[in-house]
Amino acid sequence: MHLFLFLLFAAFCVGGAVNLLIQRKTINSALSLIVVMGSLALIYLLLGAEFVAVVQVIIYAGAIMVLFIFVIMLLNAGDEEQSKGSNVAKVFGIPGLFAGGIIGIWVLLQHSPQDHPIPIGALYGPADKVGMMLFTKYLLAFEVTSILVLIAIMGAVVLARRSHTS
Amino acid sequence: MSALTFLIVAVIKIAVTLGVLLTVVAYTVWLERKVVGHMQNRWGPSRVGPFGLLQPLADGIKFLLKEDLTPPYVEKNIYLLAPGLALIMALTSIALVPIGPVIHLFGISTPVQITGVVGPSGQPSDINVGILIVLGITSLGVYGIALAGWSSNSKYSLLGALRASAQMVSYEVSLGLSLVGVLLMSSTLSLSGIVHAQLGTWFGFIPQWYIFKGQFVAFFIYMMAAFAETNRIPFDLPEAETELVAGYHTEYSAMKFAMFFMAEYANMVTVACIASVMFLGGWSGPPLPSFVPSAVQAFMPLVWFSSKIFFFLFLYIWIRGTLPRFRYDQLMAFGWKFLFPLALANVIITAFFVAMQA
Repeated sequence: MHLFLFLLFAAFCVGGAVNLLIQRKTINSALSLIVVMGSLALIYLLLGAEFVAVVQVIIYAGAIMVLFIFVIMLLNAGDEEQSKGSNVAKVFGIPGLFAGGIIGIWVLLQHSPQDHPIPIGALYGPADKVGMMLFTKYLLAFEVTSILVLIAIMGAVVLARRSHTS
Repeated sequence: MSALTFLIVAVIKIAVTLGVLLTVVAYTVWLERKVVGHMQNRWGPSRVGPFGLLQPLADGIKFLLKEDLTPPYVEKNIYLLAPGLALIMALTSIALVPIGPVIHLFGISTPVQITGVVGPSGQPSDINVGILIVLGITSLGVYGIALAGWSSNSKYSLLGALRASAQMVSYEVSLGLSLVGVLLMSSTLSLSGIVHAQLGTWFGFIPQWYIFKGQFVAFFIYMMAAFAETNRIPFDLPEAETELVAGYHTEYSAMKFAMFFMAEYANMVTVACIASVMFLGGWSGPPLPSFVPSAVQAFMPLVWFSSKIFFFLFLYIWIRGTLPRFRYDQLMAFGWKFLFPLALANVIITAFFVAMQA
C-alpha cells in the first residue's frame, strides 16, 4: 500500500514537473508547480514527517504559490514566445541530461551517510521533536536563515518603496 | 476494531457530517435573509413553506434548473476547475473538527469526529497536526477565488480576485498568529487534544475555556481575521457589489455560482467550528446539576457545540446588518498595522506566562 502510494505521488510529482516545463501558458505552469508541491508534501507524509508535510502545504502551496499566481494575474502574462531552440541543445540536450543525472545520482550515492534507503515511515517527526531540534541542535543554522530572510524582506521593502526625493 | 468496521463507521460519519453541514449551509442562507430582513424592518423570505422554511430547497432547484452559460473567451479548463476547488476546500476542513466526545453505539466506540479514532487504551485520538491541516486547507481555498477571477476574462472578476487573494493572504498571518497563544497553552496541535485541555471548571461552574484563560485578545483577533478570510461584511471587498458587480464570481451562473455561494457559507461554518474549538472549549460546557437525567446529559456536548456554532453564525449576520464596508486601504492598514502587531504581542505575552509557569 505504501509503495503504491509512493509510486502514485512520485508519478504525480514528476508529471507535474514535466508539465511545468512544456506548458506554454504561464498560469498552467504555476498550477503544475502547485501539483508538484502537493505531491511532495504527500511523500513527506508517507515518510512519517507529518509536520514537515503540512508546513510544505501551508508555506509553498498556500503562500508562495498564491503570490506567484497573484503576480501572473497582475501582469496578465500571456503565452510564452517559443524560439526554435539552439542546435547544440538539440544534439546534446537529452544525452547531456542523462549523463548529468547519472553523475548526480552517483555522487549522491557516494556521499550518502547510509548505504541503505530510508524505509517508509522511518522519519518520525512530530512538531515538538522538530521544534526541539530547531532550537537546540540546528539553532545556529536556524538563526542565520532567519537573518537571511530578514535581509531579503528589507531588500524587497527598499525596492518597492517610492523615492520621496523626486 | 476490524478494517471493515472502521470503513463502515468512517463512511457513516462522513455521510452524516456532510449531510448536516450542507443542511446548515442551506439554512444559514435562510437565517441570514430572515434576520437581516427583520433588522431592516421587513419580513425576509415568507412565501415558500411556513416562515419561508422551504426557501433553500426552492433556491437549490432554481440553481440546478437555470441556464448554465459559459461566457466566450474564458480560460475554459480553469474556469470549470475554480468553483469545484473552492467548494472542495471549504467542505474538507470539517473532517478535522471534533464535534463531540466518544460515543458508544452497538458495541462500537468512536469519537464524533471524522478523522478521530479510539486508541487501544480507550483514549480518543486524532491527527496530531490537526489545526495546521485546517490552516493549510484554508490557505488553499484562495486558489478557487483567484483562479475564478483570472479565468473569467473580465475586469470586475479580475479586480475582485486580486482583492480577495491579497486580503486572504494578509489576514491569514494574523489568523494563524492568534491561534499560537492557545497552542502554547495547550502544548498540542491536535484539535481533540485542545478540547480535552479545556474540560475542567473553576468553582464547579465556570468552564476553563481559553477565552477565560487570558486569550480573549486572541479571540478578538481571530474573529476579525476570520471575517476577512471568509469575505464577509465589513471585509467583503472582493464582491463589493457597488463597485465590482459581484467580484470574482461575476461571470458564473447557475450551479457554478451556487458552488461559490455554498463555499462561502461552508467556510463560515468551519471558521465558527475552529473558533469554538480553540477558544470556547468545543463540545464542552458548564456541568449540569446531577438531577438532570443521563439521557439528556449524553446529548449536552452536541447541544453545546451547535449552540456555539449558532452563536457565531448569528454574529456574522448581526454584523452584516450593522456595519458598512471598509475602504480597501483601511482594510490593509487594519490587518497589517493593528491586528498583526497585536497578535505578535499576544504571542510574546502568552509565551512569557507559559514559560513562567513551566
